[in-house]
Amino acid sequence: MKPGNKRQTRRNSHFTPFVPALLSGTTGIRAAREMKEYSALKVLTNTLTGNRGWKPAWRKAEPKPSYDVIIIGGGGHGLATAYYLAANHGITNVAVLEKGYLGSGNIGRNTTIVRSNYLLPQNIRFYEYSMKLWESLSHELNYNVMFSQRGILNLAHSPAQLDDYIRRGNAMRLSGADGKVLYPDEIARFVPGLDLGGSQRFPVVGGLLQPRAGTARHDAVAWGYARGADRHGVDIIENCEVTGFLRDGGRVTGVQTSRGEIRAAKTAVAVAGSTSRVLKLAGIDRLPIESHVLQAFVSESIKPFVDTVVTFGGGHLYMSQSDKGGLVFGSDLDGYNSYAQRGNLPVIHDLMSELLALFPGLDRIRLLRSWGGVMDMSMDGSPIITIGPLDGMYLNCGWCYGGFKATPASGWCFAWTIAKDEPHAINAPFGLDRFYRGMLIDEKGQGPTPRLH
Amino acid sequence: MRINCPHCGLRDLAEFTYQGDASRALPELSAQTGSWNAHVYDRENPAGLHREHWQHSGGCRAHLRIERDTLSHAVSEAVMVRPSPPVKNQPIRSRGRK
Ligand SMILES: Cc1cc2nc3c(=O)[nH]c(=O)nc-3n(C[C@H](O)[C@H](O)[C@H](O)COP(=O)(O)OP(=O)(O)OC[C@H]3O[C@@H](n4cnc5c(N)ncnc54)[C@H](O)[C@@H]3O)c2cc1C
Ligand SMILES: [Zn+2]
Repeated sequence: MKPGNKRQTRRNSHFTPFVPALLSGTTGIRAAREMKEYSALKVLTNTLTGNRGWKPAWRKAEPKPSYDVIIIGGGGHGLATAYYLAANHGITNVAVLEKGYLGSGNIGRNTTIVRSNYLLPQNIRFYEYSMKLWESLSHELNYNVMFSQRGILNLAHSPAQLDDYIRRGNAMRLSGADGKVLYPDEIARFVPGLDLGGSQRFPVVGGLLQPRAGTARHDAVAWGYARGADRHGVDIIENCEVTGFLRDGGRVTGVQTSRGEIRAAKTAVAVAGSTSRVLKLAGIDRLPIESHVLQAFVSESIKPFVDTVVTFGGGHLYMSQSDKGGLVFGSDLDGYNSYAQRGNLPVIHDLMSELLALFPGLDRIRLLRSWGGVMDMSMDGSPIITIGPLDGMYLNCGWCYGGFKATPASGWCFAWTIAKDEPHAINAPFGLDRFYRGMLIDEKGQGPTPRLH
Repeated sequence: MRINCPHCGLRDLAEFTYQGDASRALPELSAQTGSWNAHVYDRENPAGLHREHWQHSGGCRAHLRIERDTLSHAVSEAVMVRPSPPVKNQPIRSRGRK
């Protein structure tokens, strides 16, 4: 069988009803039975009746005076948290407060790569759990998030780098993830457009493939979780900016917003790049976080060119092709503190050189769009999912530029932590205190230099 | 983004390397571990004016202290980290060899 066919099979696997039971205790089968809002029959009847039979995916909720849980930030992580609070823990008196429109943050700005190819045990465990949730997410939500397990191939350009990748691949396999080393002849068949001539400054000597990795439709992830949460009774309140915190002594008892005061027994913060700004409103002036800008790019649409995700190890480039045909790619951070959702030219210049080093045939492709997002870069490159730092508060941040793939597990673990007032074993290592206890999770070994993580 | 190097004038961002928050002060040597942890890991990360260190690594290699708005990227000030008085016209080579 051609690799393409194999991938096609995997791609459709989430449509089979025989998905494995999730650790969450929710099975895809149960979810499918409960939510029949979208089905082939519905598409047909709505086609014939002018599409008037659809219900909005979420209500335009008005803020109530109080809730059991408030989640600040209507990005992927906030919405997933709301969904799992309701679906797994029966906590439905919940509001998600979003300052702009739903999906206006990084959830709608990323390059959509989903993978669990990490080295450190805490990271593999967390991201592999996320991968398992991804594999049945469309089923769980009855919403097609277009999760496509097309694989990710990390190219190595020196024997030492390949050794390093092999070590990581072994660590992944030991922890139950999948990984496979490819050599240039296999790579040539897998990614036909690559320059494998061997004469470049960074010749391709091999690569590490994670076949189960891939991409998903980022907006659909936000919309699917929003709809799922809404159907459980969660209020999703857009255009509602948190401008302060209500306090009773040391305890946080709710928030001030652009739409009035809202009280809550528990206030959870999931605002990604805005974490320092929002916590400053609660009097927390310093955190192990810096906000940096990351840019992303889409080319004009072309015919099918690459059916996996390829990364360049000689610098930093990751590229895939969207279903619309555009090449989607990105590189490093610009590398300076920024809250502007736009970057500068030097990164673009580097990135384009790297793209052409890998795929010389793309030298005349035109760029269609570019944009930036503000990343919550933590000091060790790993996330924070924790109780605190104040009483009544819960914090989810530090996603650096890999938080899209984490969305399901982040929401799942954060919901657990909020519901039970203790972290799950999977997120226990990702506390805020690790920076003060020397328990850092520094995947890249870069030290407290956020621009390098 | 361009930075006005006191030696070289207005130069492109590509010539500079970011070195991070310049507002942090080293704790006393006798300070408790907690203050050192905070110094190493905690940042104010303001949305607005930020004091930061950059090196003109692709130019005169001087270390600069810059004030920049993180919301607009506008650079309002760029000075030498350690201004040696006759900076102007002094050949950089001789300073390194003292
Ligand atoms: C260009 C780019 C490429 C990326 N590529 C990838 C990738 O390929 N793979 C991957 O895994 N990750 C990637 N990421 C990272 C990923 O997108 C983020 O880590 C993740 O989306 C962050 O979590 P979120 O979705 O909750 O954030 P967001 O969507 O940013 O959600 C935070 C929300 O909080 C809201 N908010 C802020 N302040 C307030 C306030 N005061 N009151 C109310 N609401 C507030 C914001 O408006 C925002 O909607 C990329 C990011 C960018 C920018
Ligand atoms: Zn200079």
